Amino acid sequence: MSTQETHDHGHGDGHAHEPQSFLSKYIFPLDHKMIAMQYLFTGMAMALIGGFTVYVFRMQLAFPGAHVPGFGMVSPDRYNMLVTSHGTIMIFWVAMPVLIAALGNYLIPLMIGADDMVFPRINRLSYQIFLLSALVLISSFFVTGGAFGGAWTAYPPLSARGDYNATGLGSSLWLVAVALEFVAFLLGGINFITTAMNARAPGMKLTDIPMVVWMIVLASIMFMASVGPLVAGAIMLLFDQQLGTAFFDPNRGGDPVLWQHLFWFFGHPEVYVVLLPAMGIVAEVITTFARKKLFAYKTVLYTAAATGIIGFFVWAHHQFIAGIDPRMASLFTITTLIISVPVAEMLFVYIATLYGGSIRLTTPMLWALAFIAEFLLGGVTGIFLGAAGSDIYFHDTYFVVAHFHYTFFPIAFIATFAAITYWFPKMFGRMMDERLGKIHFWITIIAFNFIFIPLFLTGAAGDHRRIYNYQHFPEQWTPTLQNLRILATYALLVMIAAQVIFFVNFFKSLKSGPKAEKNPWKANTLEWVAPSPPPHGNFEEMPTVYRGPYEYGHPDRELDYWPQNEPA
Amino acid sequence: MYERFFTAASTYARDIDYLILLILVCVGFGFIVAEIVFFGFIFKFRAQDGVKTQYVTGEEKSQKKWVSMPHYLVLVLDVLIVIGALKVWSDIKIEMPEPDAKIRVIGQQWAWSFVHEGADGKLDTADDIRTVEELHVEVNKTYHFLLEARDVLHSFSVPAFRLKQDAVPGRVITGWFKATETGTFDIQCAEICGVGHGIMAARIIIDSPEDYAAWVKKGGPTAFWAASNVKAPGAAKAAIDAPTPTLTANNAAPLPQ
Amino acid sequence: MMVKPLATNRSSSGMSTGKLAVWWLIASEIVIFGGVLASYLMFRLGHPEWGAAASHTNTWAGALNTMVLLTSSLSAVLAHQAAEQGDGKKAARFLYFTVLGALMFLVIKSFEWTHEIGLGFTLQSGGFWSFYYLAAGIHAAHVIAGAIIMIWVAAYAKRNEELQRVEYIGIYWHFVDIVWIFLFPLLYIAK
Repeated sequence: MSTQETHDHGHGDGHAHEPQSFLSKYIFPLDHKMIAMQYLFTGMAMALIGGFTVYVFRMQLAFPGAHVPGFGMVSPDRYNMLVTSHGTIMIFWVAMPVLIAALGNYLIPLMIGADDMVFPRINRLSYQIFLLSALVLISSFFVTGGAFGGAWTAYPPLSARGDYNATGLGSSLWLVAVALEFVAFLLGGINFITTAMNARAPGMKLTDIPMVVWMIVLASIMFMASVGPLVAGAIMLLFDQQLGTAFFDPNRGGDPVLWQHLFWFFGHPEVYVVLLPAMGIVAEVITTFARKKLFAYKTVLYTAAATGIIGFFVWAHHQFIAGIDPRMASLFTITTLIISVPVAEMLFVYIATLYGGSIRLTTPMLWALAFIAEFLLGGVTGIFLGAAGSDIYFHDTYFVVAHFHYTFFPIAFIATFAAITYWFPKMFGRMMDERLGKIHFWITIIAFNFIFIPLFLTGAAGDHRRIYNYQHFPEQWTPTLQNLRILATYALLVMIAAQVIFFVNFFKSLKSGPKAEKNPWKANTLEWVAPSPPPHGNFEEMPTVYRGPYEYGHPDRELDYWPQNEPA
Repeated sequence: MYERFFTAASTYARDIDYLILLILVCVGFGFIVAEIVFFGFIFKFRAQDGVKTQYVTGEEKSQKKWVSMPHYLVLVLDVLIVIGALKVWSDIKIEMPEPDAKIRVIGQQWAWSFVHEGADGKLDTADDIRTVEELHVEVNKTYHFLLEARDVLHSFSVPAFRLKQDAVPGRVITGWFKATETGTFDIQCAEICGVGHGIMAARIIIDSPEDYAAWVKKGGPTAFWAASNVKAPGAAKAAIDAPTPTLTANNAAPLPQ
Repeated sequence: MMVKPLATNRSSSGMSTGKLAVWWLIASEIVIFGGVLASYLMFRLGHPEWGAAASHTNTWAGALNTMVLLTSSLSAVLAHQAAEQGDGKKAARFLYFTVLGALMFLVIKSFEWTHEIGLGFTLQSGGFWSFYYLAAGIHAAHVIAGAIIMIWVAAYAKRNEELQRVEYIGIYWHFVDIVWIFLFPLLYIAK
């Protein structure tokens, strides 16, 4: 590969001298890092909207009928819109863009030692379509009838007809926005796969790829393989809404349950699509701060792949009581419980990685450890729902809500905070404030548990989801349950308030944090070889790889770390 | 708060409760052990000056067993849970006992209506008793319910029975229950069905054989009709336009024909 | 013209990056069409009466279109061959011929649809017709997109530039062809 060497040097220079206007640098960038920042900041902005919606509807649940400061009265139709928007935004416009698009874009080229993504223009297009999808979604709040209010799962016939959901235009805009968002991530996936497969630095074997890159690649493959049927379903549902077809209308020969299959065939793998990158982030952070080699690298990879594959055969556990053949439910109970094996094994591997380490509890490490501790609870509570017998009772109760928030919150927020605090020095060339970071961490984590443990209890007591006011159900309208709802709401207010600390820390450090050196955490992976922040083109000298990413505490070496690019 | 688990009003309610308990014990055990080991490691292996990290690849058999042993334990617990879950599931949803009586349950935006067999003991005859938001059943009698939906998906949930089943328009889904104690319990809609989802409540009244016979004789819902305030069709649409939560439990849609 | 990052020229996997991207695109398209076809089959098996609706489709028009697409695929292969030999002009000519096939396909399709709509079989005429227009419509959109990209690729190929793209668009075109080979028996022949 001598020709490639000459190529490498020739182009590495080309980047540094490229003149860039403000417009081409910040608005229409081709640089993967700038596109990552666009995704990150868009995701953060959408998280604020998603956070606002949850503030409003939790206030309504704690104090039914009261005037919510900053919003007003919450009528039942608005309540449904808020709940729907919260779910949709947090999954499709926060977890996906931040975990996969922002971190994937930022980390993949840097961690595999490339100067950019393979197709920078497709990358830029991907963000632009994503931005468009976000705008379409936001615009649906302002049309006649308001935003879609049929829950993020959008089950027809409710979602299919304006006279059922009272938000005819809003539900079509919702569908268009979701479909555009899928297109954006399919386009993004092209880059993730081709870059990770083809653009690795010389010497980087498959087993030298950092875990987070592997996980984002696996997640992109899962996303691509699962989203197709839902794209088809979205077109069919849009036709039902606007063109008078009857794919999902039982009165004219359609079948509403078909949508549920199409939706969950995507929807369940989607959980693993966001879980895997989060697992990858945690692997990077705990190895760095425990100064330990990742326990059984290949096992992690195999379990991730196994999770990905089995993840395609569990979708109907969302539909146990939806009217599907009950014998099918038995089958899906078995597959669902099988998937607990690789996921549990992944967590065991992470715990085993800590053994014999030298653990430093920095802010990113605290977040990564919290991810493991909290996700464990999210994982085990899923067993109650995956087991068909107990799901009869728990289905669509707050137990489900609490369960998936114990998985999604660690994924979308805890792992993201771990990633932001860990890579902040690289991204912006400055260190974050550790003290503010720790205060933010502790308040967020404690408040988080105070939100969702009460919701496990109300769910076990029978509170159903998406009910704007429990006083119509005498068995749920008891002082104890109401106190739990109020407790969860107060905890939420505390958690939202704590995010101010994060934003203060983020923007203060951005402006005036101490300058970061190239490798502040003494980590091994290639991104720490580049300057902080890396210029367009990333590396001063394109790196060559000599070893795996987790060689910490190697017995042959004085230093406790051994960067991937350092010759033996 | 645990009132729920003190009322088990159907034959299979306790089966589900014990299954939940079984799962709780299994996963609770695994969860607690994992968290203890996890926090133990964090505590034990804090960074200390002069102590070097151990270099463990985790690729050797002697090391891998520390991960594979708990993994087999998970598998064993899974098998245990699967057996319990499938037993309960099959008893409730697959194997249905012969019915003593049938009722028709109809969900629509946003009310439940019910058709009881009249004195002749048959559905779909002239003396059927139709009610809205009030289901009367007799204790210790096996009922098959025929679940229908008129417009969108609904879900027929009776928490005291641990019973839940989605109603799908265009289908008639059959399920069963046998109440074990008399009393009045909630029926809730458990699948979002539009603006009025939060008011789609009903009550199930479990009578002793004598009371039930008296209710049937009296002509069923007469008393209920007199007391309630069922609005005309279109009232439901008006509820959508109402700006504040003024909906009440009684803005039911018209009776099934 | 932007400077291509050196990442674009690397090839750790041994496969060219562009081809990898095309396969990714096709894989994601397969699952989309897979979703439509699986839904259709599930309905079709549950509704034997759809066969009666399907009998109103024009099998001969469908068969003719199959021939047209197969021929256009052949010329896409010939274009690839020419590009391999470095003859961009010849490759472009074959690509234009493929585009002609695409246009013919669309013309036949629009006659067919006009006729059927004239008989009163529209998108709203029941499950079979909804699927008929949906599946063939999505496929036709792919034909149009493929033809436009092909014109663009041919414009470069004529000047002997980016000849590798001739192969990529060819792979994509075979995929569009194969989708039709699935649609044709499912929508026209099964009655």
